[in-house]
Amino acid sequence: MSWLTMARWPAIAVGIAIGLLECLTFLLLDKPIGCSSAFARTSGLIEKAIRGNSVVEKPYYRLFPPVIDWEWVFVAGIPFGAFLSALSSGNFRIEWVPSLWAAIFGTGVFRRLAAALAGGFFVGLGSRWAGGCTSGHGISGCLQLALSSWLASAAFFAGGILSAILLFSLTGG
Amino acid sequence: MKRTSLLLPDSAQKPAALLFGTLFGFLLQKGGVTRYETIIGQLLLLDFTVLKVMLSAVLTGMLGIQVLLQFNLVTLRPRYGSFGSSVIGGLIFGLGFGLLGYCPGTAAGAAGQGSLDALFGGVGGMLLGTAFYSEIYPRIEASVLRWGSFGDITLPELLRTSRWKVVIAVAALLAAVLSALSLAGL
Repeated sequence: MSWLTMARWPAIAVGIAIGLLECLTFLLLDKPIGCSSAFARTSGLIEKAIRGNSVVEKPYYRLFPPVIDWEWVFVAGIPFGAFLSALSSGNFRIEWVPSLWAAIFGTGVFRRLAAALAGGFFVGLGSRWAGGCTSGHGISGCLQLALSSWLASAAFFAGGILSAILLFSLTGG
Repeated sequence: MKRTSLLLPDSAQKPAALLFGTLFGFLLQKGGVTRYETIIGQLLLLDFTVLKVMLSAVLTGMLGIQVLLQFNLVTLRPRYGSFGSSVIGGLIFGLGFGLLGYCPGTAAGAAGQGSLDALFGGVGGMLLGTAFYSEIYPRIEASVLRWGSFGDITLPELLRTSRWKVVIAVAALLAAVLSALSLAGL
């Protein structure tokens, strides 16, 4: 079982396993894997807790009601699985600033959190705008050959490459 | 047309979702794609792990789903799209992707491996971003989101050809890209 304690599995093996997992979710749950709508439902649940039940009348929440659905439970399992994986290979570590970020932008926690918060804002906004993220469109939608997903995935990476190159070449020097 | 006999009963769906999500998180972390360095490495075109994981997942899932479809065991769930939604939304996502260094699924996974920038910055930011989207949705719904609308069309429908032909062509293309990456030592 030494493969279980390996820090990294080959990327293609991981991809094949994710592809098989997709077959299972389609077969047993009639659902493609996705992640971003769980975040929209969570922000709806928080807004409902703060502002009351009238929130569910918002047009977007009529499409994506703030409830705990299958995808929410799926996304809740992700950190748990990643925790088990990190534990199995001994690379769980509390880290505020990733080393690559620290090498270019310094070890300041505030700066990294501010960038992550801003980045997260646009990831959240863009994923709902496009109707999915790198899981829902990038894997699940592309494997169904949906035009929306191939276009959105191309845009995710075109925008991401541009954003990372600008950040690292202009700001980072 | 549709056979649903293999669908789990309602009561088993959420436990199954938790198990599948746990497996997904385990795989993402073992693949190294929950690390900021791996994702930024991909966006800077230095490390092709993310692309290899995604393309091999699409290749496997596409072939698997096509076989299951042949036996009427699954239903496709393609999403609606338009240029205003898929392309503009995708570019906004990309802008954030480069800044955050995680996507929604990998940020959740990164939180589980102890990356607190993904938890507090990433997850916090994504919740704010989706909340903001729910505010502006009524204003863009009838305009931007409908620009260049093409519905839930799939590539075989667009090309007016059989699904199998497109599956085989895309499979060959993905296999060629994966082989090229491997030959190039990436």
